[in-house]
Amino acid sequence: MLPIGPMSRQGREADRRGLEILWPLASLLWIGLWGGWAGLLLPQRYPAGFLAPSPVPTPSADQVNAVARQLYCPVCANVPLDVCSTQACEQWRAIIREELSQGWSAQQIKDYFVQEYGERVLASPPAQGLNLLMYLLPPLAFVLGAYFLYRAVHTWRGGPGGAGSAPSAPAEDEYARRLEDQLRRKG
Amino acid sequence: MLATLGYFFLGIAFLVCLYGVAASLYGVSARQERWILSARNAMLLACPLITLSAFSLIGLLLTNHFEVAFVWSVSSRSLPAYLKVASLWGGQDGSLVLWCWLLSAFAAGAALRRWDRDRELLPWVVLVVLVTLAFFLSLALFFDNPFARLWVSPDGQSLAAMFTPAGAVLLIPSDGQGLNPLLRDPGMIVHPPMLYLGFVGLVIPYAFGMAALITRRGDDRWIRITRRWTLVAWLFLSIGLVLGARWSYEVLGWGGYWGWDPVEIAALMPWLTATAFLHSVMIQEKRGMLKRWNLALITLTYELVIFAAFLTRSGLLSSVHAFAQSSIGPVFFAFMGGTVLVSLALLLSRWNGLPGEEPLTSLLSRETLFLVNNLLFLSIVAACFWGVVFPLISQLFTGQSVTVGPPFYQHATGPLFAALLLLMAIAPLSAWGTTALKNLGRLILGPFLLSLVLLILLLVVARISNPEALLGIWLAGLAAFVTLDEFWRGARARSRSRHEVLPLALWNLAARNRRRYGGYVIHLGVVFMAIGIVGTQFFQQQTQGTLAEGQEIELGPYTARYDSISEWMASDQRDVTQAVVSVFHGGNQVAALDPRRDDYLAAQQTVTIPGIFSTVQGDLYVILVGWEPIASSGATFMIYWNPLVNFLWSGAAVLILGTLVAAWPDRERRRSLAGASHWTDVTARS
Amino acid sequence: MEASPSSAARGPRVSVARLILWGLVLAFLALMGFGLYRAQEGQIRGGLAPGFTLTTFDGRVIRSSDLKGEVVVVNFWASWCTSCGQEAQDLEAAFQQYRTSGVVFLGIDYVDTGPQARAYLQQFGISYPNGPDLGTRISQSFRIGGVPETYFLDRTGHVATVEIGPITLAEIRSILDPLVAG
Repeated sequence: MLPIGPMSRQGREADRRGLEILWPLASLLWIGLWGGWAGLLLPQRYPAGFLAPSPVPTPSADQVNAVARQLYCPVCANVPLDVCSTQACEQWRAIIREELSQGWSAQQIKDYFVQEYGERVLASPPAQGLNLLMYLLPPLAFVLGAYFLYRAVHTWRGGPGGAGSAPSAPAEDEYARRLEDQLRRKG
Repeated sequence: MLATLGYFFLGIAFLVCLYGVAASLYGVSARQERWILSARNAMLLACPLITLSAFSLIGLLLTNHFEVAFVWSVSSRSLPAYLKVASLWGGQDGSLVLWCWLLSAFAAGAALRRWDRDRELLPWVVLVVLVTLAFFLSLALFFDNPFARLWVSPDGQSLAAMFTPAGAVLLIPSDGQGLNPLLRDPGMIVHPPMLYLGFVGLVIPYAFGMAALITRRGDDRWIRITRRWTLVAWLFLSIGLVLGARWSYEVLGWGGYWGWDPVEIAALMPWLTATAFLHSVMIQEKRGMLKRWNLALITLTYELVIFAAFLTRSGLLSSVHAFAQSSIGPVFFAFMGGTVLVSLALLLSRWNGLPGEEPLTSLLSRETLFLVNNLLFLSIVAACFWGVVFPLISQLFTGQSVTVGPPFYQHATGPLFAALLLLMAIAPLSAWGTTALKNLGRLILGPFLLSLVLLILLLVVARISNPEALLGIWLAGLAAFVTLDEFWRGARARSRSRHEVLPLALWNLAARNRRRYGGYVIHLGVVFMAIGIVGTQFFQQQTQGTLAEGQEIELGPYTARYDSISEWMASDQRDVTQAVVSVFHGGNQVAALDPRRDDYLAAQQTVTIPGIFSTVQGDLYVILVGWEPIASSGATFMIYWNPLVNFLWSGAAVLILGTLVAAWPDRERRRSLAGASHWTDVTARS
Repeated sequence: MEASPSSAARGPRVSVARLILWGLVLAFLALMGFGLYRAQEGQIRGGLAPGFTLTTFDGRVIRSSDLKGEVVVVNFWASWCTSCGQEAQDLEAAFQQYRTSGVVFLGIDYVDTGPQARAYLQQFGISYPNGPDLGTRISQSFRIGGVPETYFLDRTGHVATVEIGPITLAEIRSILDPLVAG
């Protein structure tokens, strides 16, 4: 295998070794960040600062909306419950208000809605059974793609240089580099 | 009759398309040039024919011909003229005609180019474009016919048909149903044509790609030809998406601009793959690599366009965007299936035949980073696609219908978009072929330090503690600083060597390298949009309250006071209830907003228009809540504070500007085209 | 232009990849076909009616399996549906008329709230059993497109007729008479 590129072999080796460590680390970091953030999705998130252990006399509209925002209108498609303007949605928000004043927690209210109207009232399906597949597939697809990319890069790097590959090292002067680019493009 | 004439022209156009397909196939098999040229003429002829048909339909709309079923369903006497024209795309049938019209215009443009050096590709380009056009024409001709008229059959049933049913009498309603109230907004008028231009524009690069694949051309001629097509189509698609978001924000009145609705996502996916394509073709041009990958990418883009049209029109999903259910579902499915299978078979059969890959020389070269770019974009597409089809899978295997809502998409794509921002900061500094880590580090040091300053400012001055928001804005800042640094260094180098003043040097630099610097401007636009998205995503506040007249409500730094309310009947039969709300900041009045509620009596629909006070820091967004009974003593308002949202819109404007810069024909290129043809013959392997 | 050195070695691996690719594409098309089929299917129009269990507002549990041998009228309604109110009185009148014939009337409340539903029933004086469709299971099994919809089941438990939209007393009688007789 011929070394390619005008840089010193040692320099390239050092870069290569550094990058061999850097790439997997970087990928792990991204996957870790992603997994951590996605993991927060699995248990249903509560609206910030909202815990009602004791009955609230008259829940404010904001408190009702904080719960309603996590639900979808059971009838209209893809419309969150807090912005839906139909009379039926108004009734559902009234139910939320009623249940909040009785001291129900947001999770209890959501469970009630699921029991009454089915799983599609939730913004995200509960993470069980088939739905686990839903959460797992995107990161899996990314990891798979990254693997293919890694393999492709390694395969291609192994081969001999083709005609006209490897332009000169980045020049100090930006303009000179650009000039070279243009000259190369014009043939 | 105008309707019959319009249908006739559409039918002739369909026959012309079929002829073109047959002629190009025959010309190739019999090696007869004149048949191929005849097919090209057919592709050219389709445009004036469909134009005449579209004009007929517009004429029918403008002259209130309500016996035409489509005119009756979307138009009415009280609509102003410009809305009557816009109602052409207010319903499924007319929008199909618009789609065909725009596609035929692009096809004619392709037909008119000089083909002397690409004779090999011509028959296949014609074939692919005309097959697509013929399909959409057939939908309009045989399934959702915009020219069908209303009849009353002998037994009193009313039905719609093109030609006179037995014994039926023409039914001429006195007025139409009128345009859907939600569509009567300027943004909504421009949004569909822009989106369609983007979609149909992507058919041309696909056609050229297929032609190159079929003729086993291993060079990148097809990419060079379609470079501007793709960029222009991408521009229109971007404009269409942004206009859709803006319309959703201004008219739908829910405080947001992107609801992760399946139809929205379906329109976003081809945009994502087209963006990936725009980047990876640069690799093919500069290094001759990824020939097969680019073909696969443009095929995927085309199939996603067909998929988006399928989702919207087939009635598969119920959505605020989707057209009502019609019978075109199965036909559409057949076409989509056919094109997917044929394209895949072609790709796979030619895969090993195409020239192999040149080696990548460095892990940090621009090629590798562009490949990472592709990986990220396609992962986002995979996540979006999965979210759209998962409800069907759940339905199939468990019988349980589920909703895949914004939380899934935000969590699945958020980190990927953040990674793209990081890539935007690194890739411009990399070089083709090889990049030493040292050099990269040196080039990024300045912007990196600046971004750290920004981070400190965010933490200390703005007191932002949300880690995701911090990461997002920091990465956006880093990408912006790197991009601006590119401008700076280039301009400075040029000004030094050519002895020009800095602004002139900057201008000339950009003028000589439109693609590169246009691309950088686009990146800056994206950075702005990212800032807007981070602001609204993480820091949006909302509150709702019922106020008596003169009462105030606070949200964030603003106070809103309910002043008065009035109700009247507007000219186009809508009951308008409008409130006046004064906005105060630190004790001073800064705005008087008029959120209102339009009750369209005929359509039985209510449109809630917000009052918006826009500043650089964000929007104060007030909605008159339509579902509470509005008594004279009190009204209910929902108020949103959308921080940094105007960065989104201004970022979009910058993006559009950048695309214009990038797509503008180079003076050099035009000179070289006019002169010797050997310039472009040199497949410059740099 | 040299082919990359390991392309020969990639032979068998490429064919597995192709197989997977074809499999994914075909699976996707099958899924779309299925979705389209379901979207276009519409309500059940014949054949054996789906089994269901209804818990009425009074707490009674009614199972469809217990209703064999009876003529059953299944009506889907909701308190927020204005056209449901149009047919409510006709349905109650029909119920009273066919009481002696033993026709079972069932009202299934689709995506509604308890208090509103009870108010609706009281307003129209509905006396036959009504219950909420918990989790929209029953309406999904009948594949209703909206409310109101009325399904007439014959004595063998098969769906005889489906009426989409508000129904009148005359229509009910014209459908029920032959079912009760035969």
